[in-house]
Amino acid sequence: MAAAEELAFHEFEEATNLLTETPDAVTTIRSDQLASREHVSVVVGSSVSYGAEELQEEGDKTALLQEEKPQPGFWTFDYYQSFFDVDTAQVLDRIKGSLLPRPGHNFVQHHLRNRPDLYGPFWICATLAFVLAVTGNLTLVLAQRQDPSIHYSPQFHKVTVAGITIYCYAWLVPLALWGFLRWRQGMREHMGPYSFLQTVCVYGYSLFIFIPTVVLWLIPVQWLQWLFGALALTLSAAGLVFTLWPVVQEDTRPVATALLSTVVLLHALLALGCKESLVGMWGGTILSPDVLLPAHVMPMVTMWPGS
Amino acid sequence: KYQFAGLSDISISEDTPVEGEITIPMRSRAREFDSSTLNESVRNTIMRDLKAVGKKFMHVLYPRKSNALLRDWDLWGPLILCVSLALMLQKSSVDGEPGGGPQFAEVFVIIWFGAVTITINSKLLGGNISFFQSLCVLGYCILPLTAAMLICRLVLLAGPGPINFMIRLFVVVVMFAWSVIASTAFLADSQPPNRKALAVYPVFLFYFVISWLILTFTP
Repeated sequence: MAAAEELAFHEFEEATNLLTETPDAVTTIRSDQLASREHVSVVVGSSVSYGAEELQEEGDKTALLQEEKPQPGFWTFDYYQSFFDVDTAQVLDRIKGSLLPRPGHNFVQHHLRNRPDLYGPFWICATLAFVLAVTGNLTLVLAQRQDPSIHYSPQFHKVTVAGITIYCYAWLVPLALWGFLRWRQGMREHMGPYSFLQTVCVYGYSLFIFIPTVVLWLIPVQWLQWLFGALALTLSAAGLVFTLWPVVQEDTRPVATALLSTVVLLHALLALGCKESLVGMWGGTILSPDVLLPAHVMPMVTMWPGS
Repeated sequence: KYQFAGLSDISISEDTPVEGEITIPMRSRAREFDSSTLNESVRNTIMRDLKAVGKKFMHVLYPRKSNALLRDWDLWGPLILCVSLALMLQKSSVDGEPGGGPQFAEVFVIIWFGAVTITINSKLLGGNISFFQSLCVLGYCILPLTAAMLICRLVLLAGPGPINFMIRLFVVVVMFAWSVIASTAFLADSQPPNRKALAVYPVFLFYFVISWLILTFTP
């Protein structure tokens, strides 16, 4: 049994190496009924692979398991059901992974593991849109407490605007990024580009950090708002950069840096847009500045344009 | 062929009439039932539907794990609740300013598209509830929030103020919790256990948005 266990352990390392090289491979975990242990196999493409050769030693049952089901067409319900094949624990794990980016810790490899889902991106964007609208409303209510002359209205149209902006960002920017990476595919031999769904997933989960940030922006202290904004932007953009770095590093230097800086810039624009819609960049778009800032700061405020 | 051996002895003489009656009780009763609902008065038809809707309201108010809401679904209750909620959320259109509360159509769209999105989400996650059953449950569980809206409107008649706001906040929070618990009692069982939270969270978000609409309403 020692030899068999060694074989199983050895196989796991091989599987991770194979996965690094070909991220499009499908990983499956099967509990083999004959040997009653679990092992990971990597099926690379449709040809007989390294993992499969070892499986054939264990009997015909595994050969049956290896048949891949034909991919259902995009007009069937099952096609879309395959994108929602996640458990609660997996979604929570992915959210945690997006909150704590580490260099070299690739979100796609470690957390997605070739099973990207659409649940996370869709509901994180929806939550962010509604939280933005609710917080904007609350900011107005708090301001009205201090200055009854501000006319309060629920401002329901903010939900629509916020929702459309966030969904467009979370779907169109990954589309552009994916298209660009595919176009530059020729330069790459080590690692293929991410699929469209993986890119959407990365972007969607990276937006999660903005949800608590938007709630914390209720605190009417200017420098604290900038601090929270910078912190959220750093974490979120770092996650994106660390994920994209392995794919982009084989490209030429100027293209790589241009791509990464564009990604970060667009993310920063989104964060600024959120802050602007809530409290204004200089703290005074929907609220008059003399409500939030003490009187001795007033002369400085009037020097800034547009507030 | 041996089981019919005894029958070969039976002979029927030609002058004995063979007659009888064949009645199929179920079919004749069904036919009677059909004609009776066609001929019944309009009042009976309406009362029957109203009683079904009322029975479901009772199930929402006292949520137990029963299947009555799921078995015979209907969308009359949700429609009545949605329309009354949307009507109550209308401001008086004396001051026609743009940045105001939600319009009737906006509330309607939020409720129905929200319910459809949650249903599609729960089906995509692998739940075994049918589309209209889920819409039915989500629509009926708006009942506590409609009651909260009614109470808020009555409380607002007394004039604005902090005590006023605290009462409204308390009522809306209690009704929101009631809605979420009632709908979870019906919907959570249809999901595999490791995905229950994923299916319940959108329901929470949906009722939260409706509660926010109710709480921020000013006449």
